[in-house]
Amino acid sequence: MNTTVIHLGFLSVFPDAIDFILHQQPARTGGVLVGGPDQTLHLVGQHLKVTFLALFAAVAIALPAGVILGHLRRGETVAVAIGNAGRAVPELALIAFVAAFIGVGLGNVTIAFAVLGIPPILTNTYVGISQVDRNAVEAARGMGMNALQIVVRVELPLAVPTIMAGVRTAAVNIIATVALASLAGVSTLGDYILGRNVYGDEGVVAGAILIALLTLTLELSLAGLQWLLTPRGLKLARAGAAA
Amino acid sequence: MTAGIANPGTLIGAVEIHKRTGGNASCVAKNKAFCLGWAIDNFDRYTTPLLNHLLLVMVAVAIGFTVAFTMALLSHGRRWLVPTFTGTTGVLYTIPSLAFIFLLLPVTGLGWTTAIIVLSVYTLQIIYRNTVAGLANVPAESKEAGLGMGMTDRQLLWRVELPLAVPEIIAGLRIATVSTVAIASLMVFANVDTLGGPLYQQITFKTNIVIAGGLTILMALAFDLLLLLTQRLLAPWRRSQELRV
Repeated sequence: MNTTVIHLGFLSVFPDAIDFILHQQPARTGGVLVGGPDQTLHLVGQHLKVTFLALFAAVAIALPAGVILGHLRRGETVAVAIGNAGRAVPELALIAFVAAFIGVGLGNVTIAFAVLGIPPILTNTYVGISQVDRNAVEAARGMGMNALQIVVRVELPLAVPTIMAGVRTAAVNIIATVALASLAGVSTLGDYILGRNVYGDEGVVAGAILIALLTLTLELSLAGLQWLLTPRGLKLARAGAAA
Repeated sequence: MTAGIANPGTLIGAVEIHKRTGGNASCVAKNKAFCLGWAIDNFDRYTTPLLNHLLLVMVAVAIGFTVAFTMALLSHGRRWLVPTFTGTTGVLYTIPSLAFIFLLLPVTGLGWTTAIIVLSVYTLQIIYRNTVAGLANVPAESKEAGLGMGMTDRQLLWRVELPLAVPEIIAGLRIATVSTVAIASLMVFANVDTLGGPLYQQITFKTNIVIAGGLTILMALAFDLLLLLTQRLLAPWRRSQELRV
């Protein structure tokens, strides 16, 4: 098998990886068959499940917190400091910390990756809401809107581009590192990329290709969602500014 | 090829409890939050990962800075290159780090080369963007003053524009370095024994997680502080501005 690899050059691992996704093959450790559509789809599903659970948890915590701080225009230091600190968090240390101190399994792993997603969402929500034009807020208040109406009908729509940029950063960070969940007892595509002894180089590369594709797809979908959520007036204003 | 990585399915079972010698045995056996005795007796285990981590970060940031800075100089005065470079570095930045390591596996194998490529590629976007922004923010009056003194374009760049862009350039360098310290942990999967190594090998051993994770965070803080001081030294006029605000 290795002689083929040498003859065809190193790039033959990429077709082999595609073959690994499409057809089952014996594990390097012998015995069982691994790879193929069934296991791959299962792992992709698991990967997405952990990603979305963590992303929803991060949004559920960071969005309201950012909206409240942004609306009151308070806690700028905290909101920005959390965003900066978020970049410095070593993902592997985070998942190890959760595994050692809280425990392994789906719930705990979700907590770990939610923590990874909170900083960009919190910071961007704060910045987006607090930078809404004061005149727009005053106009809404003059029209008789209460605080909740101002948040929901004025501040949130106008802050959509900034908030969604934060959600995209969080989503991409999470889906790119969720593979580490495999170290804490939750199967994801990390099984492939961290299991070279079992799946061989083609399994490892197959996992890497799939993670890259999933990340790209999620990024593009969220960009589409951002476009859909952005108010028409804001889009027109931007088009006008760009022209 | 260097040794492969263990099968994750067996990782939790494979935690090397038997290797946890020294220190207060009962503390380690109970896996308490932090066993000081064990930490003192076994600190030498972390020396090599710490030095590897440090070296990897410095090499990757140095290469990333050289490339991004060259790109910024190339696109300075050639504005049409800016969207191309911004787009390219932006696309590279979105490649997931773990996937990036293993996509390079067939090309460069696993090891320092792969780790350095991955880490330096991630620094390009922020350093490039900040350098371009720094150069763009130089006040027109300063440039005119330089031209009025008879400077050539090259003299203007090196004596006026770049010195005035130092704060933005270093701000980019700070963000890039701090993120690189964090991502370098993952380079254990590229078979470089960084501080991610101990984390990965004994992922449920609390004292180990505190030491390896703590050292990583301390390293990020140290780099951040060092670069902040550098900025103060190279651009002292900024300091008075900051104090005023």
